[in-house]
Amino acid sequence: MLIYVAKRLGYIAGILVAMSLLVFLVTHALPENTAEVILGEYSTPETRTALEHKLGLDLPLHVQYFHWAAGLLRGDFGQSVILEQPIAPILWTALGRSALIAVPTLLLVSVVGIGIGVVSAVEHERAVDRVATISTYVAVSVPEFFWGLVFILVFSSYFKWLPTSGAASPGDGLWAMLSHLVLPVATLTFGLQAHVSRMTRSSTLEALNSNYVRAARARGVSERIVILRHALRNAMLPTITVLAQDIGFLVGGIVAVETVFAYPGVGRLLVYSISRHDLPLMEAVILVVTAIYCITNLSADLLYGWFNPRIRYGRAID
Amino acid sequence: MAGPSIEIDDIVSVRWRGLPPRVVIAGAALLLIVLVATFAHWLAPFPADQMHIRDRLTGPSLAYWAGTDEYGRDVFSRVLFGARLSLLLGFAATAIALLLGVPLGLAAGYRRGWVDELTMRGLDIVMSFPSLLFVLLILGVLPVSPILTATAIGIVFVPHVARLARSVTLDLMSEDFIVAARARGERATYILFRELLPNLWPFIVVEGSLRFAFAILLGAVLSFLGFGVQPPGADWGLMLGSARDFVDEAPWMAIAPGIAMSLTVIAVSLLGDGLRQYLNPAAGRS
Repeated sequence: MLIYVAKRLGYIAGILVAMSLLVFLVTHALPENTAEVILGEYSTPETRTALEHKLGLDLPLHVQYFHWAAGLLRGDFGQSVILEQPIAPILWTALGRSALIAVPTLLLVSVVGIGIGVVSAVEHERAVDRVATISTYVAVSVPEFFWGLVFILVFSSYFKWLPTSGAASPGDGLWAMLSHLVLPVATLTFGLQAHVSRMTRSSTLEALNSNYVRAARARGVSERIVILRHALRNAMLPTITVLAQDIGFLVGGIVAVETVFAYPGVGRLLVYSISRHDLPLMEAVILVVTAIYCITNLSADLLYGWFNPRIRYGRAID
Repeated sequence: MAGPSIEIDDIVSVRWRGLPPRVVIAGAALLLIVLVATFAHWLAPFPADQMHIRDRLTGPSLAYWAGTDEYGRDVFSRVLFGARLSLLLGFAATAIALLLGVPLGLAAGYRRGWVDELTMRGLDIVMSFPSLLFVLLILGVLPVSPILTATAIGIVFVPHVARLARSVTLDLMSEDFIVAARARGERATYILFRELLPNLWPFIVVEGSLRFAFAILLGAVLSFLGFGVQPPGADWGLMLGSARDFVDEAPWMAIAPGIAMSLTVIAVSLLGDGLRQYLNPAAGRS
């Protein structure tokens, strides 16, 4: 197991280096001209050259990359071109706010998705199952942000229960903070739980039809124990895979949902950096979010092994 | 990632039995949407960009079936025209993903060794990005255009397609007919195009329908964020984006494009699911 974790960590380190190279090359080798973005389109070639020299943009690409990568390792993401501030503090603040949405969403998606999936499987082909099936089809048939609009319409415009946009600062009290999180979290959960509940339903159904469940029932084990201990535990494996995939969807969903709710998280920071052509900011956001995504995926893999002792990581890899 | 859910034995024994009803219904719905997109200029009551300034933000009525937007443009007409962009984008992105992904997967599975290793590790890098982030990375540095959007979405899907094509190819390589063809000394091109590819298509069709639906959704998100179709284009994602600002006064601006997108994606996913079951009765669970 330890060897497996070490190998996976090494692999992820390799992926991260490749990724940073790719991000760097895309943002530096392509026609966007940073100096022109800063100085505006009426700048003269002389001032642009002077600024490029000052920013080190006239150095050879590999030198620039090493400067940039060395900074990254020290936690220094450089300077935002538009905001004219160091990127790191801005990025960490935004990430923290996004985590307030992402973590509850992921927990809710697991609980709600697995719950609906198990109930659907137990109630197979009955009314509850059919309603769940149809609503999952509808839930994933539009991008997550659409449900954000629907929720705003229902809970903010009609009932006037919840705020439609922004985030509260810690000084505004707990309720103000929570109330700004409810709709974004609900929006993301509504769309993402569908994948999890679908997968849980089909894998639980499979487990319920298996010989070991039949044997357990024949031994007179109560239905509760059969479902929870025998069926669900085995049904969890594909569900974990889907949950890991959902983390990718969640990252995409957060970008759009933060835009819908004007929530100042990392998603809006990314959209802002792209629309203002702030390339250093964009590089930093994409790289950090992707790194987090890779590490979460690794944890999903490890969880998979914990649920499935049949996989002997140490040997399987060798 | 889950491997292909279709077993090799099943595709070899594919027979064109009666299609399941859901495939017929979904196929008919999709055909209808394609027809609407094609003949939008005849079907729509108004041109997509015609503004009726006096009728700004009016609710659904006999004149404007789905209401009007902030410029007094007819939402229903724009939804009909919007089908063109969504379908074209979905089609173009899927085509790019398949045209690049299938040959890569085939080559990796057929040649094995360093070709396989190099291809798959390269694709791993693309796959390590959350899809939207990778697309935004490309769109962030190049001038936004519909072709670029479709290409970026297509490239993000390449690793998924290639992995599938590779794993099916690997399975097929141990089948008797391939072993026989190799023993006969057939050329690689013959084995790739006459033996492997024809057995790959059921998987490609199912995967393609899945990618098509994802591409439409991703395209809508991009337009919504302002990096896809640009105003004043009639696009569902863009319409939802402008609806955000008027959700209190004119909720119908969001409802019609939302329903249109939902129907299209449901039709495509049902078609994909149905085909998956049809091509593989063993995976009959939905």
